[in-house]
Amino acid sequence: MKKTIALLLLLAITFSCNEDMDDNTTLSASVNFKFTHNWNNTPINSANLDTETVTNANGEVINMIRFRYLTSKFKLTNTAGDTYSFDGFKFTDLAQDDSYNFIPDINGIPSGTYTLSFIWGFNEEDNIDGAYPTLNSASWNWPEMLGGGYHFLQFDGMYNVDTPNPSPFNFHNGTARVTDGLFEQNFATIVLDTPIIITNEATIEVKMNIAELFTNPNTWDLNVLDTPLMPNYDAQKMMQENILSVFSIGEITQ
Amino acid sequence: MKNWLTYSLLFITLISCSSEENSEENAYVPIPFQLEIPPLFEEKLIDPIIPVTNKLTVEGVALGKRLFFDNILSVNNTKACASCHSPQHAFADPSQFSVGVTNIEGTRNSMPLFNLAWNFDDRYFWDGHALGLENQALEPVVDANELGNDSWQPIEAKLNNHPEYPQLFKQAFGSSTITKTLVTKAIAQFERTLISGNSKFDKFSNGEVALTPQEQNGLDVFMDETRGDCFHCHGNPNNPLWTDNKFHNNGLDATFSDLGFGLVTGNPNDNGKFKSPSLRNLAYTAPFMHDGRFATLDQVIEHYSTGLQASSTIDPLMKKVAQGGVNLSEQDKADLKAFLLTLSDPSFLNNQAFLPE
Ligand code: HEC
Ligand code: HEC
Repeated sequence: MKKTIALLLLLAITFSCNEDMDDNTTLSASVNFKFTHNWNNTPINSANLDTETVTNANGEVINMIRFRYLTSKFKLTNTAGDTYSFDGFKFTDLAQDDSYNFIPDINGIPSGTYTLSFIWGFNEEDNIDGAYPTLNSASWNWPEMLGGGYHFLQFDGMYNVDTPNPSPFNFHNGTARVTDGLFEQNFATIVLDTPIIITNEATIEVKMNIAELFTNPNTWDLNVLDTPLMPNYDAQKMMQENILSVFSIGEITQ
Repeated sequence: MKNWLTYSLLFITLISCSSEENSEENAYVPIPFQLEIPPLFEEKLIDPIIPVTNKLTVEGVALGKRLFFDNILSVNNTKACASCHSPQHAFADPSQFSVGVTNIEGTRNSMPLFNLAWNFDDRYFWDGHALGLENQALEPVVDANELGNDSWQPIEAKLNNHPEYPQLFKQAFGSSTITKTLVTKAIAQFERTLISGNSKFDKFSNGEVALTPQEQNGLDVFMDETRGDCFHCHGNPNNPLWTDNKFHNNGLDATFSDLGFGLVTGNPNDNGKFKSPSLRNLAYTAPFMHDGRFATLDQVIEHYSTGLQASSTIDPLMKKVAQGGVNLSEQDKADLKAFLLTLSDPSFLNNQAFLPE
């Protein structure tokens, strides 16, 4: 009997709390990010990554084999200009579905209208050689001779697969080497203008159109730039430009 | 006051419970085993995988070691795990194909055993078909060409009738009824203690020794996308495992007599893929590749330099396949070899903890 009363009391308290929060406009909503990937609207995921045949803007027919990338410093900014930053980084491996979502540790923002920005790769402050055990364990390091730190992207595949002579490409992005011993940061700040209205616990879909890596502003000719690209300064800088149009906001579920 | 009474009662109950247990003979509590993780691994890598269902204990590890070296696990008491996984060869086998109780050769080269707790995907064998070390250890005992038993039942019976094993299992696992599950748990515990992290290169990473100019150039060849480009699959100074433990086709064959990973996943795009081996301890683990086709490191380096074979599943990282390979200069080949040999760890071979008593 005593227990029942206690339970009832607890229930009552919980409910009243909930009500309180509902009235409250500065409700703390937790946000998660869900990345989806496509090639000009064809969804790409672990099931079809290595079976889908795609064509890039320059007309090369491509098979994808491996696609891994790094993003960090997720930040939501509301209409009043307040920013909410999320710790941690997101390492995505297209072959692994469980890497598509990013659930930040410290979470909870007021409801409101936001825009999202994040860093492609690591900025200079974060791109510390060997500093992240999870990334080291995934062999995600960028060679010291090229400035060290980590890869931002590893995209491996074959092109001209519609000809008798398919060739490999290794589209890898990271710090740019100007000359021996002189390096230039190569991350990009992705700012997505689409307003995101958050009223409750929300999952923000971030869409990545892989085809855009080869499209805009630089139409990529794999016949000229297939491999090695890591030590190629111009190729690295073209990747940094092309990455800006790869991401967009998708659905917000809450 | 009332509370105080309740707590004291509770306390007394707890004390009496535990003292009761202690007085019971079968409540021997095994001593937790502390893995000696090299500081470099601690700093650079995520934690080793130790299943919660099989925590390491001093008794479990010692029992696993005894079983690993004991011929009792074979059908005719002639072979042990160690017959094909010899400590002097970093727990690999110098023969291209190992022979078990039948003296018939298998089709794959034995694999060295070290740093297995850092195989994060927990897939074992060249083709990754066993999930977890405990499951892996179930197989050799009943493999016709290895330890040759028809089933585990006669092995369990032999062990249960042994003068010492039942007591050792009781100490390690609290049960003197020996089952294949407990046998494989003990062996897996021992295998997880086989850590190799004391090579010349480890000492270089720790700032204790310098590399020779040849070894340094060899490292550069290894890390240079325009030369060796080995690091995308075989680790790097920040990944001291020297493997990614993933499955790749490194261009050994144009057609496959062994489908490897493809046989396991059923995906034809995985045909001809095998697990990247660690490049640690190459000085002791010849011959090389899943079928032991290369007797020397020079042959391996020549393979990557000029011997690549195109196929539909060749890894795109084998980017110079159209030219036969990365075409290293004689100097770079020699230096690459010198660097690779800095990854060998003589102290691993002589570690008393890994040798039979
Ligand atoms: C007759 C020789 C032979 C015997 C005996 C033998 N092995 Fe092996 N072992 C091999 C071969 C060959 C492979 C690789 C086989 C393959 O990939 O198909 C292997 C692979 C392994 C692996 C996988 C390592 C990795 O990195 O994936 C482990 C672990 C292992 N053996 C443990 C054992 C244990 C434990 C025993 C005793 C219970 C044992 N072996 C007995 C020959 C043997
Ligand atoms: C695409 C990934 C990849 C790259 C890049 C690569 N390897 Fe390998 N390596 C493998 C795989 C997979 C195997 C095992 C293949 C098999 O047995 O079928 C292997 C096997 C080896 C072995 C044999 C080890 C043993 O225990 O049998 C050595 C040595 C080796 N590689 C060295 C190198 C060197 C040196 C380079 C650079 C010139 C290199 N690898 C580049 C994936 C790669």
